[in-house]
Amino acid sequence: MKSAVITFPGSNCDRDMDVALKKFGFKNKMVWHQDIELPKSDLVVLPGGFSYGDYLRCGSMASKSKIMQSVINFANSGGMVMGICNGFQILVETGLVPGVLLRNKYLEFICKNVFVKISDKDNAYFKNIKNNVLELHIAHNEGNYFCTNDQLKEIEDNAQIAINYCNNQGKIEKSFNPNGSIKNIAGIFNKEKNVLGMMPHPERMIDPSLSGEDGSLFFKNLINNIK
Amino acid sequence: MTVNEKIAIDHGLKKDEYKKICELLKRNPNITELGIFSAMWNEHCSYKSSRLHLKKLPTKGKQVIQGPGENAGIIDIGDNDAIVFKIESHNHPSFIEPYQGAATGVGGIMRDVFTMGARPIANLNSIHFGSSQHKKTKNLLRGVVHGIGGYGNCMGVPTIAGQTSFDSSYNGNILVNAMTLGLVKKDKIFYSKAAGLNKPVIYVGSKTGRDGIHGASMASASFDDKIEEKKPTVQVGDPFTEKLLLEACLELMAGDSIIAIQDMGAAGLTSSSIEMASKGNLGIEINLNKVPCRETKMTPYEIMLSESQERMLIILESGKEVQAKKIFDKWNLDFAVIGKTTKSKKIELFFDNEKVADIPVNTLVENSPMYDRKWKKAKLPKKNKINKDEINNLKIIEVLKKILANPNICSKEWIWQQYDHTVMGDTIQKPGGDSGVVRVHGTNKAVAASVDSSAVYCWAHPLTGGKQVVCESFRNLISVGAKPIAITNCLNFGSPENEENMGEFVECVQGIGEASSYLKFPVVSGNVSFYNQTKDQGIKPTPSIGGVGLINDYTKMITMDFKEVDNVVLVIGKTEGHIDQSLFARVILDEKNGPPPEINLFNEKNNGETLLKLIDSNLIKSAHDISLGGIITAISKMCIKGNKGINLKKPKYLISEIEYFFAEDQGRYIVEICKKDQKKVLDILNKNAVYYDELGTINENVLFLNEKTKVTIDELKEFNTKWLKEYMSN
Repeated sequence: MKSAVITFPGSNCDRDMDVALKKFGFKNKMVWHQDIELPKSDLVVLPGGFSYGDYLRCGSMASKSKIMQSVINFANSGGMVMGICNGFQILVETGLVPGVLLRNKYLEFICKNVFVKISDKDNAYFKNIKNNVLELHIAHNEGNYFCTNDQLKEIEDNAQIAINYCNNQGKIEKSFNPNGSIKNIAGIFNKEKNVLGMMPHPERMIDPSLSGEDGSLFFKNLINNIK
Repeated sequence: MTVNEKIAIDHGLKKDEYKKICELLKRNPNITELGIFSAMWNEHCSYKSSRLHLKKLPTKGKQVIQGPGENAGIIDIGDNDAIVFKIESHNHPSFIEPYQGAATGVGGIMRDVFTMGARPIANLNSIHFGSSQHKKTKNLLRGVVHGIGGYGNCMGVPTIAGQTSFDSSYNGNILVNAMTLGLVKKDKIFYSKAAGLNKPVIYVGSKTGRDGIHGASMASASFDDKIEEKKPTVQVGDPFTEKLLLEACLELMAGDSIIAIQDMGAAGLTSSSIEMASKGNLGIEINLNKVPCRETKMTPYEIMLSESQERMLIILESGKEVQAKKIFDKWNLDFAVIGKTTKSKKIELFFDNEKVADIPVNTLVENSPMYDRKWKKAKLPKKNKINKDEINNLKIIEVLKKILANPNICSKEWIWQQYDHTVMGDTIQKPGGDSGVVRVHGTNKAVAASVDSSAVYCWAHPLTGGKQVVCESFRNLISVGAKPIAITNCLNFGSPENEENMGEFVECVQGIGEASSYLKFPVVSGNVSFYNQTKDQGIKPTPSIGGVGLINDYTKMITMDFKEVDNVVLVIGKTEGHIDQSLFARVILDEKNGPPPEINLFNEKNNGETLLKLIDSNLIKSAHDISLGGIITAISKMCIKGNKGINLKKPKYLISEIEYFFAEDQGRYIVEICKKDQKKVLDILNKNAVYYDELGTINENVLFLNEKTKVTIDELKEFNTKWLKEYMSN
């Protein structure tokens, strides 16, 4: 399986993603934001970080990068595109997934482990993961997902919510919401579910010495589903 | 403008210093030259009050590749890997403008590390605020934490450990010390020593603006009522540009075109160019019209003294300019050839075709003033006569709850959750433990780092306090299973012109030297911050020690959380019941006098090394050093972290339970072992003449001494975690 990770100026989880993808069997290529063409890939990843310093709305500058047209075309033709953290912010800015990401409710950067409930398994990202709840890691300042009521209805009708913040039992309640996001949303798909944007970083949880191993579950499953 | 003595004094120079400048130049300096002298000769850059004493610190060791004198210290961790590290203060700017002050402190120290070719792999910090009741404290704390996070998070370097304290002596002068560790291949280290004639001098990074002019001079003066007016001297950080600069520099460093490289930190272009020339025994000629400027009509004086951030000065091999420029173009950074090396041994500056400065380099460096300041020796205070009946009537659990909720002990989760501590995917011990630990990427090795200070002990007796901080750093590394290798120190003191403050400095340094020499834990880098005072009130002497150690096999790393019910808990080291200067004495008895606990270097070394042996033999399940708050505070933290309880028994001693549990005797650890290993462990401790107590066994969820003295771990946890969160949300 071939993957590509885009490096924007200010990306800082690009190496971590490269390490994770390779560990679980992907042949990964790093792609510079000013390239025009994507290499032939089965999966394209927009990594975390602070693209262009996030001085403007997070992800908005990166969404206009040269390479992004090619990423958008790839997604529109059914290619799998995953945006993690800043990558999720870039995805909403391109319009590939609906909604926006606001500043965290308590106005503070937050770095910790959270539990998320897999809300939809009818897609290549989560299909066949036995667990319903994953323990993942978040590290962001703008992860407060928001959308209009109409958008929310559409998202729910199409089962586009990928994961929600919850407790270790899978209970989705306000008190387990770290950033104020609407309906505890931690990640969403596009309508066709080939594009996934999510705040948690699975690439930081890929061996027992790190914060946990549920990231390994995610990647192992991912490569099997792409096959 | 004609320069005279008054203008020199306004630049922070003393009368006789100005006289010396005129003698060295054999004429009066012009304004640009005066600015350069004032920047190079201030305390911050010249170490004029501290140099004499710093020379006495042990700086060599088997694993030391580079000691003090470069951008950062370097130690060998085997397999051609080396760790570059340093700690630096950014106290004054952080008090004036907490967000930017702290942020640029973090940015500055990271540049010091990647200037040497190392990729930063971990950040730490030691931050000290005034009393929690003081009206400025909350905003300063919030601003500093946001600033540290804002910069480090954006750079993608994990912040893995730190220390926060509150003490009214910092009411008017907070401390922000930032430390960075970087990883470099031993054969790819870069230094700041210029070499070769007519080599191009290159400016890269951000453009030069008017920010931070005279920042170093500001950091070398005491605060007065008008500090708010000094806001323009604080630099503004841009972590995004620094991230680009990091990647661009490392890309250029992968090749062989760099002769020397130096970041522009304090005193900007002035100190960077002069240091490179001085180390290479060369001259440097700069055309200031070529310096990329952010603002129009900047004068030579402003360009030379600006402390705009995210800039580097590079001396390149001739002919490599085009190739190098390509890299900086790719990262969208300025790149300008601004001068060349010369044989003149002078710093020669040109602007609008005129020579605007012409100074022999040695006058700025070797001839900079050095003072043997007067200082007063501190006496060891007399022991307090503590009323035993009074303290024995106290209820242990009530006291413990107060101590766990004390600002200096309570959980600092509110702080470190705002720092990205897991980026780079190698953090195997997060903040909140004895040390932060990161793996050396792609190897079985890991590096542990901790930052410590004990201002109260140093204030009560500087010599003992100085020794204690080094020992505590040593213990924090050992507690995670790391072999301590070397330290970096950030020496925060009041005015060197005050004999008592100077005495505190001299004796703390002596204490640091004695301990680090005995423990073979040399000082490889550091920085001195004097004038931490408002009007004539100095802070408590606060040397911060950043210790670095190595774990050869990271799977053997130890954490402090209790692991398993029925395991046995031991105290390593002897408890004498030293209550003076303990947190217990200050918080519960309101007693501030008395000597700090004594340091026995033999015991420190022996206890620590024996514990390392036990860890290496896989006999230790968890470990934690005993510091502030004594045995029972340490135990409580291990219980809270592991979500386990303990059945305690107080060993038979002459001292009371309160003294046993809250004393702050040094050289002690708490360890958890399996019952089946008990005999083996005790044999090793006995054979090495290490004193130990059997303290109890682990249970499900209660800290239990007897029916009257017990508490659930959930309750302790609540006391430990709620104070800071509530304080910051009100």
